[in-house]
Amino acid sequence: MEKTPLNSVHHEMGAKMTDFGGWEMPVEYSGIIDEHKTVRRDAGLFDVSHMGEIVVRGQEAGSFIDYLVTNRVSTVPQGKVVYSPMCYPEGGIVDDLLIYKIQDDQYFLVVNASNTEKDFAWISEQAAKFSGEVEVKNHSRNYALLALQGPRSEEILSQLTPASLDDIPAFNFSNIEVDGIDMLVSRTGYTGEDGFELYFAPEKAEKIWQSLLKAGERAGLKPAGLGARDTLRLEKCLCLYGNDISKETNPLEAGLGWTVKFDKDDFVGKDALERVKEAGPPRKLVGFILQDRGIARHNYPILSSQEEEIGHVTSGSYSPSLEENIGLGYVESSQAQPGQIIKIKIRSRLVSAEVVETPFI
Amino acid sequence: MKVPEGLYYTEDHEWLKVENGAGTMGITDFAQEELGDIVFVELPEVGDDFQQHDNFGVIESVKAVSDLYIPVSGEITGINEKLLDQPELVNDEPYQEGWIVKIKLSDEGELDELMDAEDYREFLKEEA
Repeated sequence: MEKTPLNSVHHEMGAKMTDFGGWEMPVEYSGIIDEHKTVRRDAGLFDVSHMGEIVVRGQEAGSFIDYLVTNRVSTVPQGKVVYSPMCYPEGGIVDDLLIYKIQDDQYFLVVNASNTEKDFAWISEQAAKFSGEVEVKNHSRNYALLALQGPRSEEILSQLTPASLDDIPAFNFSNIEVDGIDMLVSRTGYTGEDGFELYFAPEKAEKIWQSLLKAGERAGLKPAGLGARDTLRLEKCLCLYGNDISKETNPLEAGLGWTVKFDKDDFVGKDALERVKEAGPPRKLVGFILQDRGIARHNYPILSSQEEEIGHVTSGSYSPSLEENIGLGYVESSQAQPGQIIKIKIRSRLVSAEVVETPFI
Repeated sequence: MKVPEGLYYTEDHEWLKVENGAGTMGITDFAQEELGDIVFVELPEVGDDFQQHDNFGVIESVKAVSDLYIPVSGEITGINEKLLDQPELVNDEPYQEGWIVKIKLSDEGELDELMDAEDYREFLKEEA
């Protein structure tokens, strides 16, 4: 199994570990619900060094990225982070990623851990076919990645850096010094809270991890695992690749239409997505709250109130913030309006659920 | 890890207390710790009959769904309805307030197949 630079620290600190897409990762420390509430109230520290980092550079890097992904990246200012799906020509999703504009001719792509090899091969293949000169390199081994998330993140991080964190607004990044180490720090995350992601040399991982935990002691900072990361992102309806989006789904039905810029000259998947847009997607990703006891899990069938199958659950969990059982799933577009009553097949039972406005909180 | 004396234990990490042919069962401290925060328990109905090792219910933590197995054959005589609204009782007090069902044993001979506290402690060591 693959290990992050903090693997032994997680073991020493008593984290419960799990196999996550071939990586041995901490799933929880003090408990998923406790960590979840800590991140919403104070702050949590996540080791997400398993994420992949791919660098694209060259004179034509900007126009290549605009061709590669659905969102528009080349025209944003240096120091900006853009979220985008990356699609196949058929419109299905290869991955969703964060793209950091380092310079006009240099972009830093952060991809899902289990997709890193697939993405690197895909991007390299597109680059080889692209008319302009671009270089694609997989730098995943060169970075540790920590996510400091929660309303007290700025207060905590500011103790370790001379930089003014006010100068890094949401979806921006800067190269700053933290605890004496130069690193790339972005105001991003996967929890829906304010927070930062820190990219730096893997050999410094333990030092930075311990310094952050110490700096955050008085603010209530706790280490958190992938379990809480999942419940946090679900409450904010941030898509999880492999669950809510995949090769079998397109950005329009997934509610990611805002990331698809049809006015760009061309991009991979444009024709297919234009056809979906014209006809209207036949199904949509919706959020729902269960009205009776039970937890909807990935791939459970969704039925209409007349008990005809209309889709399936993609993510579902107990929501620690709402103290309700929530989920996401694809349903026929005619049943996708908030207020619609649907049924989730949980083992042999049918449990009613209401389609609600998203995000949940 | 608490493993109280005087209870029977199964390899599925369930405990059974027997008094005058009446059993009470739940999951062990080890099991609740492994599962993490328990957020849902699906219980059978009073009067349901089960054969030893039958799947009789489901327990769900935030992350995982796990089946519950009956340690001995018999009829369900009581269910812990408190768990419907406070499933976390299984985490907090797995051997007391977090009990799951009561069962009237149909064959006390089946108890011979179960472990006592000492055997179960040994079993946990081997599992680790």
